Amino acid sequence: MVFSVFRFGDYLSEYFVCTGCALLCDDIEVDVQENRINTVNAACRKGVARMKGCTDPLVCTVDGKEEGIDKAVQKAASILRDAKNPLIFGHGNSSSEAQKLSIDLAKMTGAYIDDTSSFCQGPLVEAILQEKLKTCTLDDVRHRADVIIFWGADPSNSHPRHLSRYSYYPRGKERQRGWEEDRTLISIDIRRSDTALLCKDERFYRIPISGDAEFMEALVSSLSGKVPKTSFDYEKKRILELSNVLRKAKFGVICAGLGLVYSLEQLDPLFKLMDKLNELSDFHLIPMVGQYNMRGFNHNLFEETGYINRLKFDPQNDEPLHGPEYSIVETLYNKKVDAALIIGSDPLSSLPYSIAQNLKDIPLITIDPCQTLTASRSTVTIPCALGGVEADGTAVRMDGAEVTLKKIIKTDRLTDHEILKMIMEAI
Amino acid sequence: MTSVMEIYQLLPKTNCKQCGKSTCMAFAVDLLARKLKVDDCLPMVNNTKYSSDYDKLNKLITPVSGVTETGLIVHEDKCIGCGNCVVACPVNVAADPFGAGSGKAPTSDKVIFKVEDGIVKAKNVQECRRFGENKTICVACIDTCPTKAIEFV
Repeated sequence: MVFSVFRFGDYLSEYFVCTGCALLCDDIEVDVQENRINTVNAACRKGVARMKGCTDPLVCTVDGKEEGIDKAVQKAASILRDAKNPLIFGHGNSSSEAQKLSIDLAKMTGAYIDDTSSFCQGPLVEAILQEKLKTCTLDDVRHRADVIIFWGADPSNSHPRHLSRYSYYPRGKERQRGWEEDRTLISIDIRRSDTALLCKDERFYRIPISGDAEFMEALVSSLSGKVPKTSFDYEKKRILELSNVLRKAKFGVICAGLGLVYSLEQLDPLFKLMDKLNELSDFHLIPMVGQYNMRGFNHNLFEETGYINRLKFDPQNDEPLHGPEYSIVETLYNKKVDAALIIGSDPLSSLPYSIAQNLKDIPLITIDPCQTLTASRSTVTIPCALGGVEADGTAVRMDGAEVTLKKIIKTDRLTDHEILKMIMEAI
Repeated sequence: MTSVMEIYQLLPKTNCKQCGKSTCMAFAVDLLARKLKVDDCLPMVNNTKYSSDYDKLNKLITPVSGVTETGLIVHEDKCIGCGNCVVACPVNVAADPFGAGSGKAPTSDKVIFKVEDGIVKAKNVQECRRFGENKTICVACIDTCPTKAIEFV
């Protein structure tokens, strides 16, 4: 399915997978000249920027001095060996193969292991894997969905090709007449995002900050035939109109963004809404995962341990410890970590200062293709090949479908899983 | 976007017919459609009392230079390469139902829109529904653009 050669009339093209976001678009045409990517066709700006490589590639260093890979690996191994409570974090931009080795490395060193999902889409992915939420694939959405809701999400900026590739504009098996006739796009958000502009006024529902749970309850009441009430006095007529659209949907999908996840303290209102919608219609939920293989890490760890993130392995005990206290945020905040291996992520940029500052006092090892803020503060930096461009691998799309990545250009740099393997052997 | 009235307000409004058009309003319409140039209005070029309006008019018209024959402009600085227009364009769908029409990369050379290097490029514009004898006011590409990077003049 993924990078096969398509023939259409005289048109012949080899397609590659874009690793710019978790949509993993598999119809990308690339023009390569002298082992450099010259043009990237069909990908969005985000994808093109990712596939053309780093403007500032990472250099292999130990204590700020340029070194060979063997010395860097030895140093990384000694840091992890000496640490009592190391942390292994990142994995959003790593291949599934590297993620599996990362889990083995955490077991070997008794490390905390976590990824960006612990402060991102984790709760939704966990609920889906535990079968508490009904989900579907993006291909189902393209072929069947007639009501598409973006809740707290703005794909026009976060996943530019979401609407055109899968959810709204394309024709599908059961949606042959195009978006104007066959599909309804709804945006529920606290601001008029670029995606909300495409919904026009009648299908954009602006709710106040943290009003999501209450809006969900109002929708459930409305779907049950009661008068919907909200503390922020949302126009009842509009909620009733929306519930009528949802009730009549043949195949609905809620694309849940970070706005929804951050606004809910517990997922119960969402479960109630999904249950009610599925009583009356057929509704599914897809988390709008950001980094290209964040969901892959959740799947791999779930398969191995039954948990999706926030773990501490104990070498004396087979059973891993799990809970919010083992998340990167809590472990760093409470200064429980004495060394950290960061792979395919940049926590110094993504975490708040009060938490990220605790990384500055401990030895850091960074494995990444590009120079990042975290890499600039690391004791050891090891450059790896860019996934999906310079390295093969597998990744999991935002809907849970596994996608094979194919190398486009050659490189001397090792892949992330080869580097992890060397570190494990050195330990 | 510049309107006909904005252009008309800057013209001499004397209906002198020196440009070959019967009224200044007709001149404004043709100027907006890029069929005529500002310099085709002889009183504006020759008479100094219109010189400030002449400069203003030139400024109004130049930002939309580089338009295609159908009046289609893609503002490359605004385009994010989402491909909504590629999939929504009815000509693309008819020319390439299983590629562009189904959300995938275009598999035909007859399509109007194609995303290259993250920016949409317009080709085969003569196929556009807004062009030719049976033209219609199709707005599929404009309505579906989240950043308003496509416009017609």
